[in-house]
Amino acid sequence: MDLQFTPEEEAFRAEVRAFLKDHLPPQLAAKVKAGQRLTRADQEGWHAILNKKGWLAYHWPKEYGGTGWTAIQKFIFDDECAMAGGPRLVPFGLSMLGPVLIKYGNEEQKKRWLPRILGGDDWWCQGYSEPGAGSDLASLKTTAVREGDHYVVNGQKTWTTQGQHANMMFCLVRTDRQAKAQSGISFVLIDMNQPGVEVRPIRTLDGDAEVNEVFLTDVKVPLENLVGEENKGWTYAKYLLTYERTGIAGVGFSMAALEKLKAIASRVQRNGKPLAQDPQFATRMAQVEIDLNNMATTNLRVLASVQGGGVPGAESSMLKIRGTVIRQELLSLIRRAMGPYALPYIEAAQFAEYDQEPVGPKEAATAAAAYFNYRKLSIFGGSNEIQRNIISKMILGL
Amino acid sequence: MNFEHNEDRRMLADALNRYLSEQYPAEYRNQAAYGEAGYSAETYAKLAEIGAIGALFKEADGGLGGAGPDIHLVFEALGNHLVAEPLLGALLVGRALAEAGTPAQKARLEDIVAGTALAALAHDEPANHYELGRVATTAVKSGDGWRIDGAKAVVPFGDQAQLLLVSARTAGAVDDEAGISLFLVPGDAAGISARGYGRIDGGHAAELRFAGVQVGADALLGAEGQGCALLERIVGYGLLALAAESLGAMDKAKGDTLEYLRTRKQFGVPIGSFQALQHRMADMLLEVEQARSAVINAAAAIDETDRVTREKALSAAKYSVGKIGTLIAEEAIQMHGGIGVTWELPLAHYAKRLVMIDHQLGDMDHHLARWMALSA
Repeated sequence: MDLQFTPEEEAFRAEVRAFLKDHLPPQLAAKVKAGQRLTRADQEGWHAILNKKGWLAYHWPKEYGGTGWTAIQKFIFDDECAMAGGPRLVPFGLSMLGPVLIKYGNEEQKKRWLPRILGGDDWWCQGYSEPGAGSDLASLKTTAVREGDHYVVNGQKTWTTQGQHANMMFCLVRTDRQAKAQSGISFVLIDMNQPGVEVRPIRTLDGDAEVNEVFLTDVKVPLENLVGEENKGWTYAKYLLTYERTGIAGVGFSMAALEKLKAIASRVQRNGKPLAQDPQFATRMAQVEIDLNNMATTNLRVLASVQGGGVPGAESSMLKIRGTVIRQELLSLIRRAMGPYALPYIEAAQFAEYDQEPVGPKEAATAAAAYFNYRKLSIFGGSNEIQRNIISKMILGL
Repeated sequence: MNFEHNEDRRMLADALNRYLSEQYPAEYRNQAAYGEAGYSAETYAKLAEIGAIGALFKEADGGLGGAGPDIHLVFEALGNHLVAEPLLGALLVGRALAEAGTPAQKARLEDIVAGTALAALAHDEPANHYELGRVATTAVKSGDGWRIDGAKAVVPFGDQAQLLLVSARTAGAVDDEAGISLFLVPGDAAGISARGYGRIDGGHAAELRFAGVQVGADALLGAEGQGCALLERIVGYGLLALAAESLGAMDKAKGDTLEYLRTRKQFGVPIGSFQALQHRMADMLLEVEQARSAVINAAAAIDETDRVTREKALSAAKYSVGKIGTLIAEEAIQMHGGIGVTWELPLAHYAKRLVMIDHQLGDMDHHLARWMALSA
């Protein structure tokens, strides 16, 4: 039993920290810390910086341009990035499609797509959810019918995050309508720049428009864009979702949010004293901090158990539930700390380019919007209720 | 980073668990825990023989371990089997002797480690609510020694312990941290009257009244008036122990409830097929893992030299198990339905222990407030 990081791990942390100090643009970090919206250029710029260092696809195997880091190193990297205000990496190519191609793609697909993910040549989006298939993903209805050397795809996808930027979509489609739900699904790669693909923004409750509906009408997909075997897509889809949940605890993001909350609470006044000294508010802050410290250790325990290089199994469901609830509580406290100044909503103030005098404390502009936006944490990637189903089935055996 | 226990510790835990599984069934435990003495002398001797008491102390003090993970492992096993025997008293008083005792005082450790003498910390008072620095019992110089007067509340096995560690005020106002001194007092000293009783969760305790109890100069443990820091230090070991005990009990309560969900049928199906219960069970699982992390953090911090870091981890753990242990107890009872509120069900006794752990050495409110004060 030893909770200390090894000297090698500490040295690695110092290396990451030094790199971030020299290469993470301060204006970008400031945006992230302020909770302001990022532009496509912000995200592409950060990817390019990491790619140049060879740290972009840090969870891929070395032979494909990854780092070969241990689970603990990945954790340290995530942690340091979050604390420094590094933007969350756009996960669609890097964390979702990449690992699926590496495990299930053929040589040609790997050669063609993986370098393009690293180079930022493609912006990928995820074609999973449909209007009638959310948590019950296997009930998806989008069809792909084979015609000569291609499939013809028809249907509708939704909740497509950053689909407005995407030129490619990895997509679950039904290739066998007779088979039962999970067994007639295939995993295909769709070129978004073709007739029949229409992307419509969905405005979220905070006023943002990062998710979309994607309508697919007689869209052509070359057969070479089928990943793995036809009708085996559900296996790949599940693999992707497990991968998506590594790091799902978001401990680094929560630690950064806690720092922000403490800074706010030491400045904002109630009854003539800093909010941090208000017994009720201070109690809520203390409770979430203790919960987060426990969570950080739970997270490390799960990571230590997969040090061999695997991905966590159903334990990641545990991390997802607890991690998202903690992060949402922190965002909730930041919102509450703003008092009446949580109310004003100035759209332009969601962006770093806003140069007017802030209304109320400077964090107020994004506090309520971020709180509402991040209600999604407990819904996406398999809602927390689905995660409880997974725990119930896979760990508890009920 | 390594969350595995070393081989010595695993062997001790295996031996302890094997013995308790085989020789400490629920009926046996309940007979002893709710009986006249509140524990089984035979079991206590056997636990000492296996090394469960020795593991709580360093080799230099006649023990076999004494580090955070040792205390964690032993008390987790004790909690898992709902052990009512007085190991907590041995830990608290024994560590006080080891930390601050003169060679002559330390000599008493031998009987404690061997399990041949019971020891108890007599600190709480009728007007206390878990405060370490509030002591109304007084000790005044008298002849070559001291005369102690006052009352101590709910002292575990206080009427059976051969050795009491008594906090008493030698200077200052009732709630001054300075001016508290600790005294080693024989349980049968003249002037002590005890009112013993059973506890709702099993085991035994007593109200102790000290009326002109005369002790020698060698009864003072540590420096005069400086007892509060030592008290905090040994209570810290107690917090780790109780948190680990709670974890062991939670695991068992969780396991029993899961088994019940798998086997109990209503409406023609196992009740574990109902999603309402599945989700609550999933929450129990992840709360127990949070508690486990809290205990691991506390075990890692127990020998930390920075006081704030150490005490925050200990209070965080006790707060966490207070909150989570109570939740597990209530959920376990609820999911068992009617049988959950019967004496017959072993789980019901675990539930009582889980809730009562929150009433020893500070409850969740006390430790949350303490954690906040330490952070300020």
